[in-house]
Amino acid sequence: MTLRIEIDDLAKYFGAIKAVDGVSFSVSKGEVLGFLGPNGAGKSTTMKMITGFLTPTRGTVRVCGYDVLTDPISVKAHLGYLPEGAPAYADMTPDGFLKFIAEIRGIKGADRRRAVDSAAERARITNVMYQPIETLSKGYKRRVGLAQSILHNPPVLILDEPTDGLDPNQKHEVRTLINEMAEDKAIIISTHILEEVHALCTRNVVIANGKVKFDGTPQELESKSRYYNAVVVNVANIEQNAFETFLKSLPFVAQVEPVEGAGFRVYPKDGQQITAELSEKIRENGWSIDALHAEAGRLDEVFRSITMPNTGAKN
Amino acid sequence: MNIRNIWFIMKREFNGYFATPVAYVFIIIFLLLTGFSTFYVGNFFERGEADLYPFFSMHPWLYILLIPAISMRLWAEERKSGSIELLMTLPVSVFEAVIGKFLAAWAFTGLALFLNFPLWITVNYLGNPDNGVIVASFLGSLLMAGGFLAIGSCISAITKNQVIAFVISLIISLVFVLSGYGIVIDFFSGWAPKTLVETVSSFSFLTHFDAISKGVIDMRDMMYFISLIVIWLFANALIVNARKAD
Repeated sequence: MTLRIEIDDLAKYFGAIKAVDGVSFSVSKGEVLGFLGPNGAGKSTTMKMITGFLTPTRGTVRVCGYDVLTDPISVKAHLGYLPEGAPAYADMTPDGFLKFIAEIRGIKGADRRRAVDSAAERARITNVMYQPIETLSKGYKRRVGLAQSILHNPPVLILDEPTDGLDPNQKHEVRTLINEMAEDKAIIISTHILEEVHALCTRNVVIANGKVKFDGTPQELESKSRYYNAVVVNVANIEQNAFETFLKSLPFVAQVEPVEGAGFRVYPKDGQQITAELSEKIRENGWSIDALHAEAGRLDEVFRSITMPNTGAKN
Repeated sequence: MNIRNIWFIMKREFNGYFATPVAYVFIIIFLLLTGFSTFYVGNFFERGEADLYPFFSMHPWLYILLIPAISMRLWAEERKSGSIELLMTLPVSVFEAVIGKFLAAWAFTGLALFLNFPLWITVNYLGNPDNGVIVASFLGSLLMAGGFLAIGSCISAITKNQVIAFVISLIISLVFVLSGYGIVIDFFSGWAPKTLVETVSSFSFLTHFDAISKGVIDMRDMMYFISLIVIWLFANALIVNARKAD
């Protein structure tokens, strides 16, 4: 069975507020699903319903085939969860805390020590195992929470902002760890750090106002950017206005706009790749190219246009 | 219901009491107050009898003040720190968690109670008490403490604030004790129907503990405290379920 998480028409209302309103998606083994959305979009609420902490107003969640409403204990046994803010028992040491988790997770005897050591090693907290959690830095607390969530090697992992509050090195380590585990797990990561879309995710779901606005690969997400496959080009030996007219006359060009001090940005028609064709046309005219490079999509711009479509968000 | 889960939760919670100085402070205060109430209020020596009645008879009043201090953290702290989200997404049921935490608090109370054993040694040194009565009273007191704790644990689940949990638990405990107190009964018996007065006083800890503190173990008194614990813990689980995510 490769389908690990199935969410259908999931909704949660708090009084009149529709925190989550009809969310559906599924996650298979080997997928790292980046769950994006602005603060308050319903990411955490959705995760809390998947993990059985919140009861949905309507809809179903199945984890490894178990329904969270009818068999919550089986669902909880099959997933590892890092709640937002990585709560833990502050007066315990990571060692005591992880042992407790291992006990509750039903890991017995020598396996318990092994599971605790292995999780501590992978989350890189071995040097703080005997200090009270309340004395640890934010980064370490986060990693203690991460160690807790992967301790029992669960087939499904739900991580609510796992890299929040970490420094760049720690972020890199956590991403490496998640990538290492990605192959044989189904993982959902909520984040609003867009660089993680590329660093981590095989798929993205964007939600806003409790509804799914996008579900696809990071490439598909990028291709929604108006900068996707745009080309910045600068040519030395021709007058700028003439060059602009020339660019506009090309059949595959949709739009041309000047870039400050560095030539023009050329937007292709239908998001096609135009780098090769463009450079060929320029060479045919005998001009020498100073600069020519294709742009990737800009995720922050896509993010804004998807989650705030009515505010006319541009770059 | 998984006994292992209850045990693991109980163990963690019990050790949690000793992670901070709170446990030691509590035990010292408890021992000072039991000593004070036994010797000064209960006139242990002046009575000239080899028993621990002065010690046990003061317990309902001590528990009103001290048990809410033990129970207040059980759920309020869990909700405040957010660790309840962790606990409730582990493969444990709400009932297992409620019972585990309750048993931890009960075991801690039992330990504090047990540390009064020098008193038992004293009374055995001074005279020839009926140790059967003392053991029965000890168990009865522990059972009553369980009743107070179940109230406190339930109240602890309705708030994130430990001080509020403490105050409300204290007031409810006070009501449960006072409803059997002479002055209160007299106040009602003047005008209220006899059955009402009896009903109110039958809910009192005092009514049920009085016999126990004299070493008389009556099944009805036992059942009173046991059903009290069951009912309050059941309510506790319902409240945790309803309010865990607030």
